[in-house]
Amino acid sequence: VHTVNCLRSFQVALCPMSSRTVTNIATEQAVNTGPMFPPLQTYSEEETMMREAVKKYAQERIAPFVSKMDENSSMDTEVISSLFEQGLMGIEIGTEYGGTGSSFFSSILVIEELAKVDPSVAVLCDIQNTLINTLLMNLGTEEQKEKYLMSLATDMVGSFCLSEAGSGSDAFSLKTKAEKHKDYYIINGSKMWISNAEQAGIFLVMANADPSAGYRGITCFIVEQNTAGLQIGKKENKLGLRASSTCPLTFDNVQVHEKNILGKVGQGYKYAIGMLNGGRIGIAAQMLGLAQGCFDHAVPYTKQRVQFGKRIFDFQGMQHQIAHVATQLEAARLLTYNAARLKEAGRPFIKEACMAKYFASEVATLTTSKCIEWMGGVGFTKDYPIEKYYRDCKIGTIYEGTTNIQLTTMAKLIDQEYDS
Amino acid sequence: MTARVLVGVKRVIDYAVKIRVKPDNTGVVTDGVKHSMNPFCEIAVEEAVRLKEKKLVQEVVAVSCGPQQVQETIRTALAMGADRGIHVEVSGKDYDSLGPLQVSKILAALAKKEEASLIILGKQAIDDDCNQTGQMTAALLDWPQGTFASELVIEGDKVKVVREIDGGLETIKLNMPVVVTADLRLNTPRYATLPNIMKAKKKKIANMKPGDLGVDMTSRVEVLRVDEPPQRQAGVKVESVEDLVSKLKEAGRI
Repeated sequence: VHTVNCLRSFQVALCPMSSRTVTNIATEQAVNTGPMFPPLQTYSEEETMMREAVKKYAQERIAPFVSKMDENSSMDTEVISSLFEQGLMGIEIGTEYGGTGSSFFSSILVIEELAKVDPSVAVLCDIQNTLINTLLMNLGTEEQKEKYLMSLATDMVGSFCLSEAGSGSDAFSLKTKAEKHKDYYIINGSKMWISNAEQAGIFLVMANADPSAGYRGITCFIVEQNTAGLQIGKKENKLGLRASSTCPLTFDNVQVHEKNILGKVGQGYKYAIGMLNGGRIGIAAQMLGLAQGCFDHAVPYTKQRVQFGKRIFDFQGMQHQIAHVATQLEAARLLTYNAARLKEAGRPFIKEACMAKYFASEVATLTTSKCIEWMGGVGFTKDYPIEKYYRDCKIGTIYEGTTNIQLTTMAKLIDQEYDS
Repeated sequence: MTARVLVGVKRVIDYAVKIRVKPDNTGVVTDGVKHSMNPFCEIAVEEAVRLKEKKLVQEVVAVSCGPQQVQETIRTALAMGADRGIHVEVSGKDYDSLGPLQVSKILAALAKKEEASLIILGKQAIDDDCNQTGQMTAALLDWPQGTFASELVIEGDKVKVVREIDGGLETIKLNMPVVVTADLRLNTPRYATLPNIMKAKKKKIANMKPGDLGVDMTSRVEVLRVDEPPQRQAGVKVESVEDLVSKLKEAGRI
C-alpha cells in the first residue's frame, strides 16, 4: 500500500510530461506529499500502461514471427504495419501530425519491451523514433513537417545515412558529395551499413556540400525512396539482427531540391552528433531489453532442470553467476533510465548516455553468453531462443558509436570536468 | 440508437500469476502482486466499443468498484475506447467482503441513474468464479438477461444473443433494456494503442460512494477459510484391463 501511495504522489509531479522544465520539477515536488526522491524505477500511470500494452502486443503479435524472420533475414510486413497501428513509430510526434504525443522516456520503455522479444524489431522502432522523427521534429520547416511527419507516424519507415565504406567511426571524413546547381543539389557517392534501407520511404542523407570546408560542409538532405539515381544494394548477410535490413546505398547523380535540406547547409555534423547523443540511450534500451529477455528465458530453465538430484539453480556456483548477471542488468537499467530522465529534464546527459550505451551493450554480451552456458546443450541449438540473443547482442558494442568511441567521448568530458 | 452502455470492469490478480494462500488462511496474497482487468471484462469492454464504432450505441461508460487502484482498470477500459468512467469507492472491510450481491445492487442503481439501456459484464471473474453478478443485476432491475454470450446483435429495440450452453448454442431474442454477460468467444479484445492510452488521460472518471447510490454494503457471505487445493497424488500405472478393474475395486471406486 505504501508503494502505491508513493507512486500516486509521484504521478502528481509527473503529469503533464511535455511541459516539464527543471524549475517545474522543483516546484512540483515541493507540493508532493510522498517522498521527495522516489526510486528511479518509478513510472507515471501513462508510462506503466504503455509498457503493459507493448509487452502484451509484442508477445502476441511479434513473438510468433521472430524465428522465421531471423532465418529468412527479412522483417515481416505484418509486423511493421502492426507497429504503426499501435502508434509505436511516432511516439514523440505530436497528435496534430497523427503521432502518439508522448515522451522520450516512453520511447525508451517501448524499445526495451520490444527488444525483449526481438531486438531487430526494436532497432527499427528505435531508429524511427530517436533518429528520424527527432531530426524532423527539431529541424524541419513547417512544410517539411507537414509533408513527412504524418507519414512517419502512420505508415512510412525512415533511414539514417551517415556511414560509408571509408568512414565509420571517422564519420565526418565522409566522401559523398552534394553539388549545388541553382536551386537543387546533385548527390554522388555511396553509403554503407544503412539500417531499415529495404523498408524506408525516406532517407536522411549526410553529404558534403562544400568539401573544401571539411566537416563544416556536411549537410543533411531528405531523399525520397523513389528518387532517380538512388540504388539500394543487396542486404548484408549478418551474424545477428538479421531481420533488420542493412544495405549499401549508391547515389548516382541524385537530384534533391534545396527545400529538402533539413536545417542549414554545413550544419549536418552538429545535427548528427546531437541526435546520436539521444539515439545512444535508445540503443542502451535495446541492449537492456535484449539482455533481460534472454535472462527471462534462461532462469526458468535452471529452476526446472534437475541434475545430481537437485535443480541446477540450487548449485551455489550457478546462484552466484545468476546473481552477478542480475546485478549487472539492474545497473544497466538504472544507467539507461537515468540518462533518459536527465535528457527529458533538459539537463546535461551526454556522458551518462555514453555510459548507458557502453555498459548496456557489455552487459548484453555477458548475459547472453552466460545464459547459453546455463542452458547447456539446448542453449546452443536453434530450437531455443537463447542463441539468437547471443548473436544479436554483438552489434551493440559496434553501432551508433563503438565502445571505444563511447569511452573516448566520456574521457573528453571527464577531462573538462577536472579543468581547474 | 441506444443511448448508453454500462460496462462493469473488475480488477483481479493477473491470470499468469502463481497464486499463494496467506499463511493465516484468510485469503490469497494480493500485496505487491500483479493485477489486471478480468479477461471476461476485457471482452465486455471490447464488445461495447465495437457497438459504438458501429454507431449502434452513443456512449460507453466503464464502472468499477473498489479502492483507489481500480482507477487503473477503468483507465485501461478508457484506453480501449470507453468514453468515461465511474469509480465507486469501496475499501477496507467492505472491499474484503465485496461480492456479486453488493456489486449488482450498485450496477442496478447506476443503470437507473445513467439511464443505460444495455449492461455488458464479463460472465464471471477469474478470482472468485462466482458467475452471479450479471444474473443478479438483471433480477434487481427486472430486465431480461442474455448470459454466456458468444454473439450479440442489436436489432432495433431488441437484442439477439447466441448463448453457449452445455448442449451447444442457444439463440434468444430479448427486449431492451437488457443485461448481457460475455463469454470467451464473443470477441478478441484489442490492445490499447499508445495514442489511445494518451487520449484516455483526458477522459473523465467520476467518483462516488455506495452510500450515494443508497446501496447497503452488508455481506451475507462470510469467508471462513481459504486453503490450497490438495496436492495431486501420484498415479499408478497398470498393465492390463483386468489390473485396472481390480485396482478400482480395491480402492472402493466400483
